[in-house]
Amino acid sequence: MANYSTNEFRSGLKVMLEREPCSILENEFVKPGKGQAFSRVKLRNLKTGRVLEKTFKSGESLEAADVIDADMQYLYGDGDFWYFMEPQTFEQHQADEKAVGDAVNWLREQDICVVTLYNGAPLSVTPPNHVDLEIVETDPGLRGDTASGGTKPAILTTGAVIKVPLFLEQGEVVRVDTRTGEYLGRAKD
Amino acid sequence: MVSDGDWRAAIGLPTLQYRARVMGEIRNFLSSHGVLEVDVPVLGRHAVTDPHIDSIATLGQSTAGFLQSSPEFYMKRLLASGSGDIYSLGKAFRAGESGARHNVEFTLLEWYRVGWDEHQLMAEVAGLVAHLWPEVGSLTLSYREAFEQYLNMDPHSATLSELQQVAAERGAERWREESRANVLDLLFSLCVEPLLPRGLVFLYDYPACQAALAQLYKNREGQQVSRRFEVYLNNLELANGYFELTDVVEQRRRFAADLSVRAAADKPLVEQDQRFLQALECGLPSCAGVALGVDRLIMQLLEISAIDLSMPFSWTRR
Repeated sequence: MANYSTNEFRSGLKVMLEREPCSILENEFVKPGKGQAFSRVKLRNLKTGRVLEKTFKSGESLEAADVIDADMQYLYGDGDFWYFMEPQTFEQHQADEKAVGDAVNWLREQDICVVTLYNGAPLSVTPPNHVDLEIVETDPGLRGDTASGGTKPAILTTGAVIKVPLFLEQGEVVRVDTRTGEYLGRAKD
Repeated sequence: MVSDGDWRAAIGLPTLQYRARVMGEIRNFLSSHGVLEVDVPVLGRHAVTDPHIDSIATLGQSTAGFLQSSPEFYMKRLLASGSGDIYSLGKAFRAGESGARHNVEFTLLEWYRVGWDEHQLMAEVAGLVAHLWPEVGSLTLSYREAFEQYLNMDPHSATLSELQQVAAERGAERWREESRANVLDLLFSLCVEPLLPRGLVFLYDYPACQAALAQLYKNREGQQVSRRFEVYLNNLELANGYFELTDVVEQRRRFAADLSVRAAADKPLVEQDQRFLQALECGLPSCAGVALGVDRLIMQLLEISAIDLSMPFSWTRR
């Protein structure tokens, strides 16, 4: 793979650090007037999700990581693996529990997700920012209570538990922000 | 990438007017203090030897030279020819410096006071900044006091391996091989600079290995330090000054030391400016000098977070 020098570091660049694939979040150019220039770099380890802060001398370089983000359709899960398909080539990829991570809460069959591949294998899965999911279990709705602002737990088809307003009923479809797990509203068809 | 609105300046009329006002007030302040404005070349035949300052070379047989990274050598030639107190308000250029606080071309104010020492000049810098920002607070510390306060170590007596160890603990594992000057700069930038109080902070008695063009002396603790100071404004490096080196023998030695650092780093070797050395040989009067980044001053006065938004056309808009 190619190498990237500090002056090419930018947000989103995928590099190898200590043999782990990382994504650059921020690169700050630091140079005391008379001193050596360096780069303070924030990186996310793509395997563990941990954010690291490292300092490189200007001109140092890191190897590029063979990491690509691909839009793929989620097909189904069998308990051990979750299957995704590239819509153009119909090529299928199986992601394990570690790669799917918290995305498991928001995977709806046929939704298009971003699957991050590292050396060709799924490393992580990012669901759409907003998904519509049905409530399969919640306490009976309090009719007309749209003003009190109270919430109750609701279980969605994926098994995810979110907080919803008191007036919602089992069987209703709600829109959820997958980044925060927050209820956004009733799904609009 | 060029997009449609890019021909416009990055700043609006109010910032443009503010810039003009700051430049005007700088001139008023210094001329009312008896300092003469001089306009020295920005295109010179020589680059500086500083190992960490890269000059931009110009092309063409009759105009081969370098955009100047500071007006220092021309100003010292004027001082040596008897100019008395002088200032220059103009452009300076440094290759490869680009970021939220750096632009390859920037506006630099530099001035020299004959017969003054660095402490007298620090007081005048405080006066100039207060002229533009009357409520600004000011604190003066030695470099050593700042290091002791925020890193709990004496920067002059700590061994190089102790300094490298602390740097490695702060996320710079690859810095175990670095020189004392580089590791001190790194620790200062990571661990001291962000914790300095807001307002003006003057730091004096820089380490001897970072003397640049300042004289050396022994501090009260008997440690060899340099008579160099730095000024920070709201945690941003604003100015750098010296009780100037006037000894031509020592100056030649520093040039040679710079060139050996350059050689070790595979950087281009720089021809020494012989006319500058001749001026020192003839006699530079005892003086203190300081260089202050005007764009950064404007950034802090207007609370702008990126240098690009303090000037009409930063490099990204050209």
